Amino acid sequence: MIAAPQKVACVEIGGIPIALSTDDERFLDLVSQRYDGFLSSSHPQFELEFDLTSTGPVSDDDVRVRREGDAWLIKRGDFQARWDPRTGRGSVRQNANPYSLDSVLRILHSLILAQRGGFLLHAASAICDGRAYLFSGVSGAGKTTMTRLAPPDITLLTDEISYLRPNAESYSAFGTPFAGELAKAGENCSAPVSALFFLEQGPENRIDELPSSEAVRRLMRNILFFAEDRALVEKLFTTACNFVSRVPIRRLTFYPDARVWDEVRSFARNFAGNLQEMPEHV
Amino acid sequence: MSDTCIYIARSSAIAARALAGEMMVMNSADSTFFTLNEVATVIFQAADGHTPLREIVRDQVCEQFDIDPEQAQADAEEFVAELSGHGILLVSSQPLAPETP
Repeated sequence: MIAAPQKVACVEIGGIPIALSTDDERFLDLVSQRYDGFLSSSHPQFELEFDLTSTGPVSDDDVRVRREGDAWLIKRGDFQARWDPRTGRGSVRQNANPYSLDSVLRILHSLILAQRGGFLLHAASAICDGRAYLFSGVSGAGKTTMTRLAPPDITLLTDEISYLRPNAESYSAFGTPFAGELAKAGENCSAPVSALFFLEQGPENRIDELPSSEAVRRLMRNILFFAEDRALVEKLFTTACNFVSRVPIRRLTFYPDARVWDEVRSFARNFAGNLQEMPEHV
Repeated sequence: MSDTCIYIARSSAIAARALAGEMMVMNSADSTFFTLNEVATVIFQAADGHTPLREIVRDQVCEQFDIDPEQAQADAEEFVAELSGHGILLVSSQPLAPETP
């Protein structure tokens, strides 16, 4: 029997192109539809080959990410992946559903970013006047609400998982296709980060300073990272401290109506008004 | 207050960083996170495994802070016991060799 030829889609999130290959035409269509806007013709930095199992439910099991030799083993009830950072290649055995694929990609990006001083953050993010603003918090804190309340001139990067990479001076936020309740992918563009707000809902809009230690603590709590690896956890801690030392971090108490964005704009004028830049499309 | 000579050393399973005047310490094994006050930071930084705690308190804590020596020693022992319980500091009645990660 001759194996079906592999078909490839290159998905570029955060400026990191990853080739996804499969011999299943329908799965490739699913990939193309789900990551429309993030498909790329760039030369891939990494490759994942998919071996599809019969369709089944997405698992609620905890994911496990651990090293086996030089490779990473990633396991959950509905998928199993192996990825070697030295060769950049990996294989995935999973159900042909997009949620498993999203999970695999998030975990892979979290590993790549951890080595490069970046991270995925449980946060909504959006570009306002050329600068990116991040809104983080526990489920129900208002991440999706903030994106729903955004005025039309705001560019949505994500309502769920923010993608952060260091740049020459500070950090940049990139759009991601990983959507939350909004069920809408972010725009594939990036901008320098102007501030991170930890959200709390309240009777009025106000922005308060956070002590650095509290900022680091909250940041660490909201970074998506699954690997059982002490060295990478230490590196992530250093990254979190670097981020806190370079990016203003505040507590944003907000009443859920559109006026909260006036508060964000006001903050932007005070802190980043002289650093206007247009979104940089990747 | 104990009369026993106590030696303390920082565990290799931690990451520490001073930021905006605060020392933050994380146990990378379980990601527990601690913020140290100024006195605790002095003790933590002096935890080299071969300087007795009593000497650290006498020569560094009491030198830098206006604090009663007996009270300082008692507070230091309490602090050391707490951080030791979280795997941040290693405690011994003998000098400790530095841990390698």
